[in-house]
Amino acid sequence: MFLSEAATSAPQFFYLAPWLVLFPVLGLLLNIILGSRLPEKAIGAIASSAAGASLVIAVLQMISLIGHPEGAVVPLVEWIKIGELDIRWAFQVDTLSVTMMLVVSGVGTLIHIYSIGYMHEDVRHNGDPRRYRRFFVYMNLFIAAMMVLVSSDNYLMLFVGWEGVGLCSYLLIGFWFEKGEKGIGNALAAKKAFVTNRIGDFGFVLAALAMFGVFRTFNFAEVFAQAPDVATALPGSILLITLLMLLGVTGKSAQLPLYVWLPDAMAGPTPVSALIHAATMVTAGVYLVARSAPLYVLVPTAQSSVAWVGGLTALFAATIAVAQFDIKKVLAYSTISQLGFMVAAVGMGAFTAGMFHLVTHAFFKALLFLSAGSVILGLESGHHHVEHDPVLKKKLKTAGRHFDPQDMRNMGGLRTRMRTTFWVYLIGALALAGIPPLAGFWSKDEILAEANALVPGVYILLTIAAFFTAFYMGRQILLIFFGDHRSEPAAYASESPPVVIVPLVILAALSVLGGLINLPGLHTFGHWLEHTIKIEAAVQEIHLGEAAAPSGFNLVVAATSTSLALLAILLAWYLYSRRYQELQALPAAKRPDDPLRAILGPVFTGMEHKWWVDELYWAVILNPYIALSRFLADVVDWRFWHDWFHDRVLAAGYQGLSRLLTIQVDTGIIDATANGLGRVTQAIAARLRLIQTGYVRNYALSVVIGVILILGYLVIIIR
Amino acid sequence: MVPTAYYIGLSAILFTVGALGVLIRRNSIVIFMSVELMLNAANLAFVAFARAHEAVSGQIFVFFVMTVAAAEVAVGLALIVAIFNTKHSIDVDQLNTMKG
Repeated sequence: MFLSEAATSAPQFFYLAPWLVLFPVLGLLLNIILGSRLPEKAIGAIASSAAGASLVIAVLQMISLIGHPEGAVVPLVEWIKIGELDIRWAFQVDTLSVTMMLVVSGVGTLIHIYSIGYMHEDVRHNGDPRRYRRFFVYMNLFIAAMMVLVSSDNYLMLFVGWEGVGLCSYLLIGFWFEKGEKGIGNALAAKKAFVTNRIGDFGFVLAALAMFGVFRTFNFAEVFAQAPDVATALPGSILLITLLMLLGVTGKSAQLPLYVWLPDAMAGPTPVSALIHAATMVTAGVYLVARSAPLYVLVPTAQSSVAWVGGLTALFAATIAVAQFDIKKVLAYSTISQLGFMVAAVGMGAFTAGMFHLVTHAFFKALLFLSAGSVILGLESGHHHVEHDPVLKKKLKTAGRHFDPQDMRNMGGLRTRMRTTFWVYLIGALALAGIPPLAGFWSKDEILAEANALVPGVYILLTIAAFFTAFYMGRQILLIFFGDHRSEPAAYASESPPVVIVPLVILAALSVLGGLINLPGLHTFGHWLEHTIKIEAAVQEIHLGEAAAPSGFNLVVAATSTSLALLAILLAWYLYSRRYQELQALPAAKRPDDPLRAILGPVFTGMEHKWWVDELYWAVILNPYIALSRFLADVVDWRFWHDWFHDRVLAAGYQGLSRLLTIQVDTGIIDATANGLGRVTQAIAARLRLIQTGYVRNYALSVVIGVILILGYLVIIIR
Repeated sequence: MVPTAYYIGLSAILFTVGALGVLIRRNSIVIFMSVELMLNAANLAFVAFARAHEAVSGQIFVFFVMTVAAAEVAVGLALIVAIFNTKHSIDVDQLNTMKG
């Protein structure tokens, strides 16, 4: 390749790496300090250019990496130094981290730009335009935290970013914290996300501590260098670390059993769902496994655990997505399912495939979320239009229920009203469904091919999940854009402004072309990552028992998945285009709201209610936990500790003791001693003072006697 | 020549008389005189030894003692006058305000 020739002369921008974090921080500081006096456009521009500047730096890092594919570690400051623990704040620039940087800053910048338009409407719709600035401050904070996460060169700094993105996620899910069900729905969703993530983070912390216990360092390079020796000496320790890390992954990347927070996280504004809960933050777990690849490859048990967690999540979430009516909930479960694909891939040791799917998924899932946001905006504007039209308003009243702009049953026929949104949504959906030649096809197919070669059980799960994926995306497209409008607002929906549309078009282009980065045969992306993750070939040797070439593309697998996807879309078309129209003709009371409900019956209800997992968690974990907390608070803490132990035992006992001390000890012993001493002295003095007669002659006599005694003594002694 | 022991014996007798005077008598002036007697008994012992040893230092001591005695008498008489002014008596047994 020509790259080696360029190596000597290639420009190096590694030293700029700290600016990846500093630019967003600068942006958010500017907005905090000056934002209250700036117009909305300027706030959005500052935040977007901060994200854009990060993108420029990330691109410069990529250019530098072409010349120096081994990457670099850019130390910034010494962070913690206690005894043998020495942690620098350093930026790891290598092909893996730069891939993440490009995704984060690239998709991030587009979503920032989109948010300028989206949040303009959203803050007005929700009635507090002053929060516009807060939104962009949080978004920049998120970019900064995510950059810290992906650019760290040790597990502790990674954890700082890991918690930072968790915080931003919490803040942004609860962005409209006073809205939602009963006025606390959004706040509860934010809390749920935070607490669920805390369980995962607990695993991560334990993993990090165990790692320090074993390796005496947090640094990636040092840990990985020692790992093979430790694996032979203490095989259990690596397994423990990787499994605890898997718990962290299930929390952050919304895998079974900790995925429950992600659907609720859709309470956040749509750009947040796109950026944090689809494209970047939730992929942190995938990144973590890929980054820790040298650890995972040493313990096949942990690897297969990760793979099975991913595979099961992929299928489980896909079934739920089929029966959701909220446009964003479908995408949320789809995200969980796709994250399952990635986790399964990195679990199997197919790190390239997993990271590849991460990148393409970031493109098309961000696209889908943002387009969904555009659809919601369109419906809100339609609703606005209807509400302010006296004739149409009556029709709305007769509908008799609160209008939900996210319910797909209220949509339909938007194809003609929102043309651009329709086309980009279609591209995103087809990419997700895995229709060639869109990006999703190449990445998903690579995962399926690897799974077919490595873990056949997971391959079957993923293939079924892929079928469901195509089906629910087909269902969604048909429900939103085809057929007739099913509510008045849908009939008056209008296309979103250009600032919203342009990022969508760019993302659509990326969703079409994203597959080019790792076409079968070329494996550009695979070779790119090989500089960082060198063990892939070795792993496949372990799994297959022979030195297999990177499978990458398997025509049978590709044909199977594509035909399954097409079949699913066909099925969706039959159900939601043909059957649905027939059902619409029935009177409203008798007709089922989804043709699938009529066919599947209770199974559909199960999928609609998310298999009652939330209810299960409430029954099995939360309610007993709350009852236990209440018991601990009321009985143990209040009655036992406070009423009995503190009031009775401690307070009363202390009072008794002090009374004993005052009356018995203090007055009885100490005072008596002091007074007795005085009285004894007085008595002695009363007797002694009788010596003082006051007669001079007595004194003179004692002097004489004294002199005689002394002299007599001296005389006797000297003799 | 009179032996030194005689002088010493006289000195001892004088001293004892003086000491008994101080202890027994109640008149302050008599007590004073007894004190003078004791001092002079000491003087006698000094000069007696000075002569026996043929050294001058004993005689010089006598001069010092006489000087001190003179000063003491001056102070003592002044005190007695002051006491008499307040108590209208020079009986030492009257001066017993320090009785415990």
